[in-house]
Amino acid sequence: MKFPPFEFHRPGDLPEAVDLLLSYDGEALPLAGGQSLLPMMAFRLVAPKALIDLSAIPGLDGIELNGDSLRLGALVRWCDVLCSPVIANAHPLLVEAVRHVAHYQVRNRGTLGGSLAHADAAAEFPAICLVSDAMIDVVGRDGKRCIAARDFLLGAMETDLREGELVAAVRFPIWPAGRLWHFREFARRSGDFALAGVAMYCDPDRQAGVCRNWHIACFGLGEVAQRVDAVEAFLEAKPADTAHIREAVLIAQRHLVADGDIHAPAGYRKALATELLGRGLNEVFKAVAGGDG
Amino acid sequence: MTKANTYVGSSMPRVEDQRLLTGKGEFIDDVQLPGMLNAAVFRSSMAHAIVRRIDTSEARALPGVVAVLSAADLPRPIPRIPIRIAPIEGAERFLQPVIAEGCVRYVGEPLAIVLAESQELAEDALDRIEVDFEPLDPVSGIGDARRNATLLHPEAGTNLVADYQVTRGDPAMADDAALYRRTESFRIQRHTAVPMETRGLVAQWDAGQGRLTVRGAAKVPFFIRNHLARMLGLAQEMVELIELDVGGGFGVRGEFYPEDFLVPFASRAVGRPVKWIEDRREHFMATAHSREMECSLEIACTSEGRIIALRGEIAADLGAYVSPTGPIVPSRAAQFLAGPYHVPVLDLHVVAALSSRTPVGSYRGPGRFEAAFFRERLMDMAARDLGIAPDEFRRMNLIAASDLPYSIGQLVPYEGPASYDTGDYRAVFDRCLEDFGWAERRKLDGREVAGRLHGLGLACVIDSSGAGPGEHACLYLQQDGNVRVHVGSSALGQGIETTFTQIVADELGLHPERIRICHGSTSLLDEGHGSFHSRSLIMGGNAIVVAARALRDAIRNAAAARFGCTGDEIRLQDGRACKAEGQSTAFADLAPLEGRGSFGGAEKPFGYGTHVAHVAVDVGTGHVEIVDYLAVEDAGRIVNPAIVRGQKIGAIVQGLGGALLEHLVYDDEAQLRTASLADYMLPTAADFPQLDAVTLALAPTPRNPLGVKGAGEDAIAGPGAAVANAVAAALSRYGVEPKELPLDPPRIWALLAAAAARACR
Ligand SMILES: Cc1cc2nc3c(=O)[nH]c(=O)nc-3n(C[C@H](O)[C@H](O)[C@H](O)COP(=O)(O)OP(=O)(O)OC[C@H]3O[C@@H](n4cnc5c(N)ncnc54)[C@H](O)[C@@H]3O)c2cc1C
Repeated sequence: MKFPPFEFHRPGDLPEAVDLLLSYDGEALPLAGGQSLLPMMAFRLVAPKALIDLSAIPGLDGIELNGDSLRLGALVRWCDVLCSPVIANAHPLLVEAVRHVAHYQVRNRGTLGGSLAHADAAAEFPAICLVSDAMIDVVGRDGKRCIAARDFLLGAMETDLREGELVAAVRFPIWPAGRLWHFREFARRSGDFALAGVAMYCDPDRQAGVCRNWHIACFGLGEVAQRVDAVEAFLEAKPADTAHIREAVLIAQRHLVADGDIHAPAGYRKALATELLGRGLNEVFKAVAGGDG
Repeated sequence: MTKANTYVGSSMPRVEDQRLLTGKGEFIDDVQLPGMLNAAVFRSSMAHAIVRRIDTSEARALPGVVAVLSAADLPRPIPRIPIRIAPIEGAERFLQPVIAEGCVRYVGEPLAIVLAESQELAEDALDRIEVDFEPLDPVSGIGDARRNATLLHPEAGTNLVADYQVTRGDPAMADDAALYRRTESFRIQRHTAVPMETRGLVAQWDAGQGRLTVRGAAKVPFFIRNHLARMLGLAQEMVELIELDVGGGFGVRGEFYPEDFLVPFASRAVGRPVKWIEDRREHFMATAHSREMECSLEIACTSEGRIIALRGEIAADLGAYVSPTGPIVPSRAAQFLAGPYHVPVLDLHVVAALSSRTPVGSYRGPGRFEAAFFRERLMDMAARDLGIAPDEFRRMNLIAASDLPYSIGQLVPYEGPASYDTGDYRAVFDRCLEDFGWAERRKLDGREVAGRLHGLGLACVIDSSGAGPGEHACLYLQQDGNVRVHVGSSALGQGIETTFTQIVADELGLHPERIRICHGSTSLLDEGHGSFHSRSLIMGGNAIVVAARALRDAIRNAAAARFGCTGDEIRLQDGRACKAEGQSTAFADLAPLEGRGSFGGAEKPFGYGTHVAHVAVDVGTGHVEIVDYLAVEDAGRIVNPAIVRGQKIGAIVQGLGGALLEHLVYDDEAQLRTASLADYMLPTAADFPQLDAVTLALAPTPRNPLGVKGAGEDAIAGPGAAVANAVAAALSRYGVEPKELPLDPPRIWALLAAAAARACR
């Protein structure tokens, strides 16, 4: 469980980091919090020729609220998210999701950019990016690109990042007041990767007793977090009652894709995800009825 | 001695803790010797294969690599690892060579050992070793093994290590057609102890003296020393095994593993000290597994619920070789299948089979966890069929106090008949139910509260302790008035330095600070038998009692000679020998004196108790929460209540891990799929916050001077059974009957899905 040999660089800015990465012809890897990469190296599952440590690049750990978006730098750590008053208001769903990421020690080091680039099927953050229609800013040989989360996440540990490209930041659309949201996951033990989870939000029309603009994603059950567009469309402006929840769950059952592994078979994961979806909808509907945003 | 005992029975703080909590303990990785090399073991990636060729040339060529040793570098014949306990006839055909030669039989079997200037370099070299394997079919589990289509040890002609019958009572009695009977099949998953500190050794060959020192011994240092000396062609006194502090043993640490030969051998081969520390991934494939067992069992009882017979078969998977303790697992499962109940007829077929998996060995409560699960599950099913409450059913069948001692017959092939000693099984059972509030809580059985179904489950357990050869102790009264105690027991974190100190303090009337327990080396005594089967207090503790009494007499006689009186007139108090009318002398003035003692050979005592679990099952997710858990047990006599409570709670949590979380998963190629702590689920601090253990000193055993029964293991036997029964009770509306562990969420989900499918038919 010791690392294989590697070279180590700590560039001072993004262009230098990109150049270093390119100079190794695909055999170097960026290092952020190291909470996923270093265990894989200790297991000798990966053996990069060089590590390009991003920690000395200034400006990558910013948390900024601009006119139309919340911008989080790639080096923002889970613990930064949890103690940021800005994010608490600007994206409460994200904060709740991050509470479920790993353990205290890991949250002190793990970063948003690392989580996105690593793209674990059961990771919370990619699911939050997907459900929130986040934009991912990447920097590479040819300068900047902005990629929608939906297009960025391609599969289990597979993203749209090209050789030499780095995640620089993630931008979330502004979060309106009164929005209802819910996050729920199920893991074997606290801190474990979830066997399945669900994140959702919608904007209530309290007068009409309905919700619009549904965004729902399930994660942990398949290769990559999944938006359930069919359920979103179905729920649009539907009255908040149990019959509609039941129907929504059935639709989700038809659309979600699940895989099995040693921890749980596909059938269980799918059943779990739809169960969590039903419970989540129930909570949201209760909030619509109760009027507590 | 007129002064009342004051230390035995008190929760004296552990004398080990000052050292451990201030970071002054010495664990194996703390050992640094000049010129020391690091070792890494190259292990088979194939489950079953012919080894055509091992090419270590590239590994050897790596700068910093000092040597790479494989079978070709070892003397012939390659030594085989001996059986230590449970010598079942025929098992010697399946012993593991200390390094694979010609054939590998499980993933993780050692093929070579690399010695390098650093651990990193040693591991780099592993990546450069090439092996030409010719794959063979793996033997995947008990069913596969019994077909004997693929033989793991072709010269033996079978994959079965053991295949025997044990019986008691008159089998004809069980054939009475009027009896109620039910037969069910059960299964326990492969899992193991997973101590927080993995194994490790530092071997140091002194070429000038021709002497070998090995640090990192645990559990049975003398046994390892004797066999290691034999394998290396050295005299026993030229090999010293030294114990250090350890981060947990639980039965798996300290047995003879291949590395126990390879690391010392390598040190002698290169003439430098060698350190080897097992990493976690290796640990999962190289340290003994346990528990994998199937059972088909019939219960026969009268319509009132009196058990007449238990009959059936136990089949255990022992892995690729018979380990030093392998056969203990199925044989004890059979012996304890009837538990603390009066079962007139017992008729069990016992099978131990090999597979292409890591060898199986003893893990805390070997066979007891399994037996309790099989029996207690079947008892609940029978009780339900007969319309008898589960507590009533048990109370009726528990062995009555008036029937103790109770002969259980000869239920293992390598030991004579045994008998349960003392106790009041029903009293402890009733106490547990009362403390738990069973009657009131039982109203929740099968009820839904806040979306979850609640259920209660019971299990009664019994366990022997203190097996093996006797133990020896020497007490030395030194010139400074302190007493040094040499004993053959070993410390595995169970606090023996404390409990032994308490015993000596009371026997000699001496302050604990003046007593030092020395157990760390094979050079302190001529022989010792170490710590297993909850035996340290029984064997070591009682040997110390005998030795302390000998020393006490020696002190009295010396003082009597000085004061011109008889020894009976001398009282020992606060480190002084006192004569009645105020004359006294410090122990120091009488030094040096010594006392020797041994204890062993007696029948084993049996601890017992009742466990009760209250669970809440989330039907939607399959999650089982332990709402509450209580065990009440009888340890006969308690030297240190805090230590005993720690042992019990630790055992329960470990048992709950086996009940709900832990599983060593193999795929069809016999590849281990759970070789990290991310994939192998251990209980964490957050998982079982609500549990308690009460240990009584109700019925001291007459089978040793202290009257104690082992307290380290029996509590692990209950949780699998109690939790499974509680889950069955919670899900009774669906007719769910768990027959396999662990009760992880997907299994609960599958049980519910099967029940739903049954309901639709
Ligand atoms: C015990 C444990 C439990 C965990 N549980 C969870 C959990 O429940 N949920 C969860 O989501 N995660 C969990 N994790 C993972 C943790 O959140 C990681 O920190 C995170 O996934 C990766 O972030 P990092 O900063 O540590 O990335 P690193 O480990 O440094 O890197 C991960 C990968 O991303 C690449 N990379 C890093 N930064 C960038 C960048 N800016 N641009 C491009 N590529 C980059 C690296 O080259 C590497 O391939 C757990 C980890 C541990 C050790």
